[in-house]
Amino acid sequence: MGKTLIRGAKVLGGEPQDVLIDGETIAEVGTGISAEGAEVIEAEGKILLPGLVDLHTHLREPGREDSETVLTGTKAAAVGGYTSVHAMANTFPVADTAGVVEQVWRLGKESGYCDVQPVGAVTVGLEGKKLAELGAMHDSAANVRVFSDDGKCVDDAVIMRRALEYVKAFDGVVAQHAQEPRLTEGAQMNEGIVSAELGLGGWPAVAEESIIARDVLLADHVGSRVHICHLSTAGSVEIVRWAKSRGIDVTAEVTPHHLLLTDELVRTYNPVYKVNPPLRTERDVMALREALADGTIDVVATDHAPHPHEDKDCEWGAAAMGMVGLETALSVIQHTMVDTGLIDWAQVADRMSFRPAAIGRLEGHGRPVSVGEPANLTLVDSAYRGAVDPAGFASRSRNTPYEGRELPGRVTHTFLRGRATVVDGKLA
Amino acid sequence: MKRHLISAADLSRDDAVLILDTAEEMARVADRPIKKLPTLRGRTVVNLFFEDSTRTRISFEAAAKRLSADVINFSAKGSSVSKGESLKDTALTLEAMGADAVVIRHHDSGAPHRLATSGWIGGSVINAGDGTHEHPTQALLDAFTMRRRLAGGEGDLNGRRITIVGDILHSRVARSNVHLLTTLGAEVTLVAPPTLVPVGVETWPCEVSYDLDAVVAKSDAVMMLRVQRERMNAAFFPTEREYARRYGLDGERMARMPGHAIVMHPGPMNRGMEITAEVADSPRCTAVEQVTNGVSIRMAVMYLLLGGNEPALSTPSTTSTTRTEENK
Repeated sequence: MGKTLIRGAKVLGGEPQDVLIDGETIAEVGTGISAEGAEVIEAEGKILLPGLVDLHTHLREPGREDSETVLTGTKAAAVGGYTSVHAMANTFPVADTAGVVEQVWRLGKESGYCDVQPVGAVTVGLEGKKLAELGAMHDSAANVRVFSDDGKCVDDAVIMRRALEYVKAFDGVVAQHAQEPRLTEGAQMNEGIVSAELGLGGWPAVAEESIIARDVLLADHVGSRVHICHLSTAGSVEIVRWAKSRGIDVTAEVTPHHLLLTDELVRTYNPVYKVNPPLRTERDVMALREALADGTIDVVATDHAPHPHEDKDCEWGAAAMGMVGLETALSVIQHTMVDTGLIDWAQVADRMSFRPAAIGRLEGHGRPVSVGEPANLTLVDSAYRGAVDPAGFASRSRNTPYEGRELPGRVTHTFLRGRATVVDGKLA
Repeated sequence: MKRHLISAADLSRDDAVLILDTAEEMARVADRPIKKLPTLRGRTVVNLFFEDSTRTRISFEAAAKRLSADVINFSAKGSSVSKGESLKDTALTLEAMGADAVVIRHHDSGAPHRLATSGWIGGSVINAGDGTHEHPTQALLDAFTMRRRLAGGEGDLNGRRITIVGDILHSRVARSNVHLLTTLGAEVTLVAPPTLVPVGVETWPCEVSYDLDAVVAKSDAVMMLRVQRERMNAAFFPTEREYARRYGLDGERMARMPGHAIVMHPGPMNRGMEITAEVADSPRCTAVEQVTNGVSIRMAVMYLLLGGNEPALSTPSTTSTTRTEENK
C-alpha cells in the first residue's frame, strides 16, 4: 500500500493541515508536507474526522439477508464515513454463542469495507430468561465486549443485575434496550396527543424511563457500567443526568432520527416513520439535542435497521419497526447539531468516534488524528447540500425517513487502515 | 365533496350538513314501493372487510344496491387475505377489477388512509371503521338521528349537549363523533373510567368527566358505547358489575335525563353491561332507528363521493336544489 496525502483539510474542524498516510498508519501531520510519491487528495475547506464508530447497527446476517448482509451493511457504513460498526445480536440464529459471533466477525473481515465488532446477546435467544455464554463470546476470536438483547429489553431485574455483574470479569458492558414490556403491549407509536387522535397503541415515555431508572440504580449497586441504547425522551435525559451527577458509570446513545423527527409525522400513517423506540415530541427532540451537546448523552448511534420493501409498503400495524441510518447519520448530525451551533466538529468526532470506541473498548478506532495512529479517517464536505435519494444507497434496504429531504454534508473519502473504502463519495 | 371519506375530521360543517340533507332525501326512497334509484347503475362498489362486521357490511350493501350499484363483498376470512396476501396486493386486484369505490373495514388504524394515499387504487375509499381510529359513517348516522330527534331534521346541532359514555380509548365511534358533532356545533362530553380515556385527550374539543350521574341531567343525548367484557382482564376496570354500576345506563339514571333526551347505542349492545334491557327497549332508545338511518347515510355518502351532482331524487325539494348548486 502506498502513500496518500490529504492536503489542507480542517482536522476536527480546526486549522487546515496536511495529513500523510503511509501504509496503514498516519505518518505525518502538519503544513507543507511533501507530496512526493503520494497520491494527493485536495481537501481544502473539508473536515477531516477520525473514522466514525457505530455502537448500534443491525447487519441482519445471518438470517435476514433479504434486508442486509454484512457486506452490504459495511458498504453502507463506509459510505456514511464509518470504519467500525457494532453488529447487534438479534439475527437468526441469535448471536448468543461464540459460533455465531465468530461467524459475523469473520464476515466482517472478509468484507473489507468496515470493521465489524459483533455484539453478543445477554440472554439465550433474547428471551430474557437465561444468561447466554457471555464469557465464551468474549473469549472467542470476536472478542465481544458489548452485550445486548436489543430489540428486547432485559426486563427481569435479577437477570439484568447478574449480567451487569458477570461482564465485569472481562470489562464488558450491557447495552440495555429500555422498554418495559407490559407497558408497551401493542404499542405502535409514542403515547400522547397524536396517538390519541390516530387511535394507535401508545408507547409511553415512562416505559423507557422506568427501566433506565432501575438500571442505573442496579449498576450503582453492583459497581458495574451500563449503556443505554437509543435514549428517546426528555425524562430519560433527566435520569441519566442525575445518575452521572451521582458518579454512576452510565453511558447513553441517541439516534440521528430522534434528534430530528417527531411523532407528528405519524399522521401520514406512512410506516417509514415506524421505529422502536418511537418518534417522540418536539420537546423530547430539543432535550436530546441539549443532552448530546452537554455530554449527558455520550454518543450518536444509528440503530441502522434495514427492512425489505414489502415490510414497509403496507398498513402501519403490519409494518416492521426501524429505519436505515448509516448513510445519512453524519448529515443529520450536521443539520441538527453543527449547523445549529450546538456542537462543533471536534465534538462530532467525540460523539461519533472517540466515545463510542471507548465504550466498546475498541482498539485501533476512535483514535486522534496524529502520527503513528491507524489511518482510520473520514473526510467530509460540509458545504454540500443535496436531497436524500435512497435509490443510490449502498445498503440493500431503502427504508429511510429522509427520502427527498435536503440535508447538508457528504462523506467524500473514508479510509480504513490507510485503504480508501470511499473515494469522491463512491465506494472504492 | 372530496374523493374519499377517511375521517370525520376531514368534513367541514357544510360537507356534513350536505351529507345529512342528502340522506334525508335518500330516506324518502325507503318509503317508496320500489326502494331503488338508478344513480349508480354500472358502478362497482367493493365491500372489503378485514374484520367481521355483518351489521356494517349489510348496511353498506343495502345502500349500494338501492343506488343500483354492483356490489362485491370481499371478506378477509376464507379469501387470499387469510393466505397471507397483503393489503397492497388485494388493493391492486380490486383496482384491476375496476372498483369505483372501496368500502374498507380493517383492524389496523390508518389502513383506509394508507389505501387512499398509497396510489394502489384509483377509486374512492370509504372508511367503514379502522382499528381504534375512526368510523365516520357511524358518526354521520348518529348525527342524522340526533338531528331528526333534537333539531327537526334540519341544519346542524348547534348547542346540543351530547354525552358519550364508555370505552373511549378503544372506540373509533367516539373519535369520529367528537370530530363530527363539534363540527356541527354540539357540545360533547366524554364519560368513562379514567383507564378508558386516552392519554392526550386534553387537546380534543370536548369535556371529559368520570361521573355519569353528574352529566346525564344536562344531556340532550346519551350515547352508550359497547364495552368489551375482556377489558376487565387487562385491568381497565375491576368487574362487570362495578362497571355497570358506575358507567351503565339503567332506568333510574335515564329517568334523570331531560324529557326530550334520547339514548343512543351503535350496537351491538351488551345488555346488562353498559345498558339495561329496560333502557334498551324503551322508546327513548334509538338503536334500531340508527340502523335504518345508517342505510340512508351510506347511500348519501356513496352518492356524493361517486360524483352525484344531479339531484338525488327526480323530484327534488326546493332546499335540495340549493344544495346541489353548492355541490357543483
